[in-house]
Amino acid sequence: MAVGKTSEPIPAGGSAGPVSIWFLLHVSTCIGALGRLARQPFASLMTVLVIAVTLALPASMHLVIKNAQSIGNNWENALDFSVYLQNNVALNDANRLASLIEQRADVAHVTVISAQEALEEFKSASGFGSALDHLQNNPLPHTLIVRPSGANTEQSMILLHEELGNLPESDLVQIDTVWVQRFHAILDILRRAIAIGAGLLGVAIVVIIGNTIRLDIQNRREEIEVTKLIGASNAFVRRPFLYSGFWYGLGGGLLALGLVGYGLYALEQPVRRLAGLYNSTFSVLDLNLSESFIIIGIGVLLGLAGSWLAAARHMRRIEPG
Amino acid sequence: MIRIEDVTKRFPGGQEGLKGLSLSIEKGEMVFITGHSGAGKSTLLRLIALIERPTSGQVIVDGQNTRRVPRRKIPAYRREMGMVFQDHKLLYDRSVFDNVALPLIISGIGHRDAARRVRAAIDQVGLLTKEKQRPETLSAGELQRVGIARAIVSRPKLLIADEPTGNLDPDLSLEVMRIFRRFNEVGVTLLIASHDLALIDQLGCRRVPLENGALQIDEERDEVADYFEGDEVPPGNELWP
Repeated sequence: MAVGKTSEPIPAGGSAGPVSIWFLLHVSTCIGALGRLARQPFASLMTVLVIAVTLALPASMHLVIKNAQSIGNNWENALDFSVYLQNNVALNDANRLASLIEQRADVAHVTVISAQEALEEFKSASGFGSALDHLQNNPLPHTLIVRPSGANTEQSMILLHEELGNLPESDLVQIDTVWVQRFHAILDILRRAIAIGAGLLGVAIVVIIGNTIRLDIQNRREEIEVTKLIGASNAFVRRPFLYSGFWYGLGGGLLALGLVGYGLYALEQPVRRLAGLYNSTFSVLDLNLSESFIIIGIGVLLGLAGSWLAAARHMRRIEPG
Repeated sequence: MIRIEDVTKRFPGGQEGLKGLSLSIEKGEMVFITGHSGAGKSTLLRLIALIERPTSGQVIVDGQNTRRVPRRKIPAYRREMGMVFQDHKLLYDRSVFDNVALPLIISGIGHRDAARRVRAAIDQVGLLTKEKQRPETLSAGELQRVGIARAIVSRPKLLIADEPTGNLDPDLSLEVMRIFRRFNEVGVTLLIASHDLALIDQLGCRRVPLENGALQIDEERDEVADYFEGDEVPPGNELWP
């Protein structure tokens, strides 16, 4: 039907002005559109489901990236610095320096590995044991292993790195960030790939809704002709179809949230078990409120866009005569 | 109320629906357009309702030249008049009440006001007891009366009707005409296309006979009575949309 039902009286407080009449017309058209979808529950549900799955795909990929990033950030802050001291620094000086560094707020603790210890470890770990016996003096420097405190941010880590490097005793400061950077670079690529995929899926939603509305318009061609014949404008006949698109989009968005939520629920136990095996308290990050609203909003916008395109294209052609 | 000035309507196929027709209808008149099927009755009404535009000539309705009504103003233009169709063009997915209310909803009339006017219109065609029924439960005569109620619910000054009694038996036809007559008595201008000459004679209204798209010069009853053995109807011309 092109117009909302009117047989149920809508209570209008006092004398209804043009704005409230306009508002009531929209409300009744909106509810009428929902009622029409409800009269074909299976077909409507299928459309909503397709939209929901199409929205849930990029949304869940976004969650995967978001969680991966948060794990990555944890790793980054747990990295140790290896401060290789100059060869002429004595072990006593190294120990003194270690206790000085340990007093910093951004440092959790400092371990000193003497050149002798380092050589022993190297002998046993490298397999060059006997070959190294022939060395006349130990080529290795004393080393400080600096563990940053957990409160560090990316910025303060960079600062700490710089300051350790600027110490007169230090020769080289190493932090194994390369693989973390690679990890983030991979995440960036994935994020972009998901954005591209999400764009394509968005186009798919517009097409799906547009096609559904187009069929709806064709089925109600006669009714559109009659209403136009008795003076309905294009905007008037288009309105219920726009509301149909709105409901499809809204339903799809809500159901997408449901699908993502169910996916998280299904993953929660195994993730907790894995985290437990790593002695981690990691728990899966859910969509936050604004992300949820964004997903619903995108669904609604795409629904309106699809129905608008279909209505603009097909409605104009239906003229009485 | 209506001035037709030298109007010609040529269809894409080359047939001429109207050929240089001129006609004037005053406010408050009740006029019957008669003639064979294909004589141009429907074409004339379609030009007045702006479903078609004339190939040449002027159609002036209530002081407004239809040539100067742009496409996007057509809905507002049509809301100024009531239209009744042979096949009544009701919407079958909603009740009598909702069908009659449609023009008021389109015009954005408030709900309370609309409900009152819809009931008044349904009452005027004597169907108040059936306002909640669906069109498929009504008889042909009742359907046409619903169509009339929908046409007059927005209180138009002009009502045009294309073969409103075409599907009705004589008794029902007379009843429909009596309803039209009552609207005419309260000042509504009516333009009715019909071939039911016996019925029109009973009402004693002005008759405009058309023949081949122009005014018929010699108004001979015998000629018009030949209608039922009439020629084939030119395509795209016989149907009110």
